Amino acid sequence: MREVAIIASAQADNTSTTTSTPVEMLIPVIQQVLANASMTKTDIGFWCHGSCDYMTGQPFSFVSAVDALGAWPPIIESHVEADGAFALYEAWMKIQTGEIDTALVFGNGRSSSGDINRILTLQLDPYVVGPLWPDDRSIAAMQARACLESGVVTERAMAEVAQRSHRNALTNPKALRRGDHSIEALMAAQLVADPLRELDCPAHADGVTAVIIAAGDRARSLAARPAWIRGIDHRIESQNLGNRSMTSLPSAALAAHKAGVANDKIDVAELHAPYSHQELLLTSALGLSESTTINPSGGALCANPMMSAGLARFAEAATRVMNGTADRAIGHASSGPWMQQNLVCVLEGE
Amino acid sequence: MSGGTSEYSIAADGSFTAPLELSYPYKRTVGPILSRFLTGLRDQRIEGTKGSDGRVHVPPAEFDPITGDHLTEWVDVASTGTIVTWSWQPAPVEGNTLQHPFAWALISLDGADTNLLHAVDAGSADAIKTGMRVTARWAAEPSGSITDIVCFDLTSGSPA
Repeated sequence: MREVAIIASAQADNTSTTTSTPVEMLIPVIQQVLANASMTKTDIGFWCHGSCDYMTGQPFSFVSAVDALGAWPPIIESHVEADGAFALYEAWMKIQTGEIDTALVFGNGRSSSGDINRILTLQLDPYVVGPLWPDDRSIAAMQARACLESGVVTERAMAEVAQRSHRNALTNPKALRRGDHSIEALMAAQLVADPLRELDCPAHADGVTAVIIAAGDRARSLAARPAWIRGIDHRIESQNLGNRSMTSLPSAALAAHKAGVANDKIDVAELHAPYSHQELLLTSALGLSESTTINPSGGALCANPMMSAGLARFAEAATRVMNGTADRAIGHASSGPWMQQNLVCVLEGE
Repeated sequence: MSGGTSEYSIAADGSFTAPLELSYPYKRTVGPILSRFLTGLRDQRIEGTKGSDGRVHVPPAEFDPITGDHLTEWVDVASTGTIVTWSWQPAPVEGNTLQHPFAWALISLDGADTNLLHAVDAGSADAIKTGMRVTARWAAEPSGSITDIVCFDLTSGSPA
């Protein structure tokens, strides 16, 4: 395996609504990540993009996104209809082939174009679930109830996740939502999708994240302390909600095992868990202990830009390795109902 | 797709916002397994497929989740079942089969080993609990769709 590291990242401020086009949102972040790495466009061997036409409301919308990169002179680029974290996984594999040494990966989404809870219905089975139009919160709420009634989580533990996330976001200028809430106030808040309350749910946002990865000595020349990808693995649950565990995440546990999470202590974990109870399921599946700092950025409860929230977790984790506040960190991305897909990445300093 | 805004507006920065309503007006064939399941619903019959481990999948699985083989053995299941988990929908949206507040539930139909997602017309969130018994309410004019079951109603009684 070739050694690969994250050497730079950049994020847009998450907003609840924007009138900018996807290209207008992308340009400043692409420019910023190149500047952060002291690189220019010609230094990039491969460009990989994560986005979703359902967010944009336009087929093949990723083609126009290339305008943000500049297609002349010709570039080598690819696209995944997924979070930008999965684009990073593709770029990591592309580097493994030996064809390239550097890649710029980015993800963007404008959740405010439509009703995001309704757009997410379109990712469900189109024949036996989709025609009923269950929204994203209702789907998540059924899982939350199963977790509560089985004793896997408690309402108080969910409130503690919401409290810590919103407190952590106080120091994250990119977050959409932040605040210092008491447990009592969180547990007394109105139910929006019984048993979920507003601050148990993701803060859907319009956002962009970009990351540059590089191989071996190229990475060492570009960053004082690269965040080395020591393990990365992607696993998937069944698409059939009626045939899945509601109280565990076997795919996340398997991905963590394959990525080598348990080989040493984890200082920081940036987890893409859209709902508070899902963070509790995920920390259990990953086998994290209380010594791990979870989501110092505030996580998806405080900003969940579709198609870049996962890559933002990678960027946040890498930043803490690169600035020396963590030696070993996890970047995690998920997608699909009940966190159907899980991508786990272990990052280390040297 | 629908449900977006239909209002024209001008944002604070002067940007003009206009509605864009996309639709997906195509006919698709659903294949032999889902065809039989959906046709059965039209006749008020719920069928599942039996997997290699003997578990009955409702809605039917086309391929065995363990071996990947085509599943061909069909099993009739009841139109009654038990609520496994639920959530409350206080404000129904376009496309829901009920247009007043209702519950979403995963339902373990009697004779099935997987859970079916559907609406439960429970009246209020206080009236529904996990473990309650439900029975399917059939559409007056079936069309061969999952919506041929309008919803499930709370009932008394024990598993058939």
